[in-house]
Amino acid sequence: MAIEIFMPALSPTMETGTLANWLVKEGDTVESGTMLAEIETDKATMEYESIDEGVVGKLYVADGAENVAVGTLIAVLLEEGEDASALNSISNVKAAPAVVKEETVAVSVAPVAVAAPKGGRIFSSPLARRIAAQKDINIADVPGTGPRGRVIKRDVERFTKPVAVAAVASLEGDAPFEEIKLSNMRKTIARRLTESKQTVPHFYLGVDIELDNLLAARKELNSLSDDYKISVNDFIIRACALALQAVPEANVQFGGDVMRHYSRSDVSVAVAIPGGLITPVIRGAEQKGLRQISEEIKMLAKKAREGKLMPEDYTGGTFSISNLGMMGIRQFQAVINPPQAAILAAGSGEARVVIKGGEMTPATVMSVNLACDHRAIDGAVGAKFLGAIKTFLEHPSTMLL
Amino acid sequence: MTVQKFDIVVLGGGPGGYVAAIRSAQLGYKTAVIERENLGGICLNWGCIPTKALLRSAEVFHNMKHAADYGLVAKELGFDLDKVVKRSRGIAAQLSGGIAHLMKKNKITVIDGEGKLVKPGLLTVSKDGKKIADVQATDIILATGARARELPHLKADGNLIWTYRHALVPNVMPKKLLVIGSGAIGIEFASFYNELGADVTVVEMLDRVLPVEDEEISAFALKSFKSQGLKIITSASVTKLDKKKNTVVCTIEDNKGKTQAIEVDRVILAVGITGNVENIGLEENGIKVDRGHIVADEWGHTGIKGVHAIGDLTGPPWLAHKASHEGVIVIEKIARDKGHKEIKDLHPIDKGNIPGCTYCRPQVASVGLTEKAAIDKGHKVRVGRFPFMANGKAIALGEAEGLVKTVFDAKTGELLGAHMVGAEVTEMIQGYTIARTLETTEAELMHTVFPHPTLSEMMHEAVLDAYGKALHF
Repeated sequence: MAIEIFMPALSPTMETGTLANWLVKEGDTVESGTMLAEIETDKATMEYESIDEGVVGKLYVADGAENVAVGTLIAVLLEEGEDASALNSISNVKAAPAVVKEETVAVSVAPVAVAAPKGGRIFSSPLARRIAAQKDINIADVPGTGPRGRVIKRDVERFTKPVAVAAVASLEGDAPFEEIKLSNMRKTIARRLTESKQTVPHFYLGVDIELDNLLAARKELNSLSDDYKISVNDFIIRACALALQAVPEANVQFGGDVMRHYSRSDVSVAVAIPGGLITPVIRGAEQKGLRQISEEIKMLAKKAREGKLMPEDYTGGTFSISNLGMMGIRQFQAVINPPQAAILAAGSGEARVVIKGGEMTPATVMSVNLACDHRAIDGAVGAKFLGAIKTFLEHPSTMLL
Repeated sequence: MTVQKFDIVVLGGGPGGYVAAIRSAQLGYKTAVIERENLGGICLNWGCIPTKALLRSAEVFHNMKHAADYGLVAKELGFDLDKVVKRSRGIAAQLSGGIAHLMKKNKITVIDGEGKLVKPGLLTVSKDGKKIADVQATDIILATGARARELPHLKADGNLIWTYRHALVPNVMPKKLLVIGSGAIGIEFASFYNELGADVTVVEMLDRVLPVEDEEISAFALKSFKSQGLKIITSASVTKLDKKKNTVVCTIEDNKGKTQAIEVDRVILAVGITGNVENIGLEENGIKVDRGHIVADEWGHTGIKGVHAIGDLTGPPWLAHKASHEGVIVIEKIARDKGHKEIKDLHPIDKGNIPGCTYCRPQVASVGLTEKAAIDKGHKVRVGRFPFMANGKAIALGEAEGLVKTVFDAKTGELLGAHMVGAEVTEMIQGYTIARTLETTEAELMHTVFPHPTLSEMMHEAVLDAYGKALHF
């Protein structure tokens, strides 16, 4: 009996995925545990391994196929003694979308023409066809606005012909550009952050934090062993986790007609990866020491850069941190990662002059900014929470309490 | 006092309003029409239809007079004006009854009274000055139409000085008649009364009759009118109407300041149309009125939420078919905005594609740009012509007077306009209108097989002629 292999649901919310690459081809023998394919969801690329053994009889979906619905038949394994005729018994092949390779299209003008499906009938008026012919425009390139999308005179007259791909570089006219198809991650970032900025009422609180005590503690810790290397960011993660415990009103999420209060500090940390960013989560960070946090974040960041994060690595999280300090940014404001209610934007620690007891004193100061969802967190709560973060970071020994 | 609630209420039961109401009911909306007088509006009761009835009487009378041309004998020719008018009124009444039936069939509530917009969503209706109902609706369509324009020195009295309303129900056959204005309305009445034997003078302020038509067609018609005995004075205006006991002394001044006076039995005012914008709550609700008409967008929206306007009330062309078309569009737009599933393909009316018809003898019909307008717009044109006298069917009918003219864009072959004068051209213009709507070029028109023998063959020949290929002339 041939074994049918379906598009797996790699996360609870996954509905479709991209079959990025087949790692086997028809005729290959596979064993339990053999990697069959790389499957890309909106956030990560995951390997899909076989739980059966057999010979790959047929691959029903090509490399790069997008939006393959969960449950679609993607391959069939033939068991020992079976030949290709066993494939005939496979009847429930769902139509998988055609392969759409990421391709670059050179166009020069907006609006981008919506070309009619290749080979389909193009509804157009005789006058539109004639004017198009006179202007050397391909009628199939012209979007129609007449009855039932018919291409009419007006459409051809408004249409500007795309400049040929091989056009000689010229400094006249619109700047040339390339359009590159969005990756699933880019689409997700676009959708979620647009939703955040449009629906979440952000307000921002800023504070300066002196890091000298923290830097001294870090130096001391790192000098004691080569087994670990604690970063400033590890301190920030722990400080935020503890501050969420100290000010539990800030460890919340707005849920429409309810408010969700979290007891655990699950801290999402933004990690830049090629083509976008991802926010792996340090769960229960308030219970973890600096070393454990440091090790976890290093491991997660590595997986993230390799596109190997599992959904449980990056979903959930009750609060986010985005740190651009290592890139020399002094201060910035971050966009809340919904459904979370707050995000801390950390800048770089820099030497500044501060006034202490009426005297100018040098200090290492980091500016941070907290963006809060006003539906969940009011100004005073946000200020109290930010104050707690400041206290933990300025007096790192309090993190031992 | 009752408060009645509807989804859509239409104020005015003319060809714009009642058609809007039918479309509204078809789409499942609870609909009402408020009409103060007769369903069918001016078109059906005091315009398009009853004038066509009168003109048909005139045409038959004309044919009787020319019976000998057909080898027939007709003696003791005459007419009974009362019966001619009675027939016309009977037809109007019959059709108005038909509209009432259509309203009933579509379960549309007809409210008899004068409606006034109180605020968006609410109208009040009164009858004989007494308030009879409040009517609520999410969307209100204003379709109160238009009426004859009067000028300070040109006012109708219904006795010696008529508007179209009085001219439709004459109590006496005028011996001498002055018609002020040579647009469609003026010329149709001039044609009717001239045919029945009145001595008719037409005064036109512009330099030609039927001034919206193509110049060549206008000149052709003028020649024909003159041959029928109509007196036409162009580039002149009537500056004074001096009413005597049974006559009116009319002072006519030409554009050089020269005046003449003529004495007539009756005067017909046909100096234009003005929208019925009064007492319907426009100012109170901030609805914009410009030169006697409501300002509405291409979908009939007034800019006030839930208040729309269509038809003559929104300005020229003052044509029933334009009003009806807008009636459908305004309802479908409302339905689409409400997410109605049936509405998938909605387009605003293309005002360049509304045909115009005048039912004088000879008839005049046109669509699109005149030759001059096309050239003024920068088109290089190709013009085709075909005369009625070269068409077999026209000669057989004894209607050899007429012309079909086409105007094409020389470069693209677009049919920019079509203009016709002659027998039954009002029934043919739709052919060119369809061609324009479908955006055919001369090629498709040339490839079309026109039936023989028909007047419509001239439409084919006029296309061929524009490209030097006419076969029969």
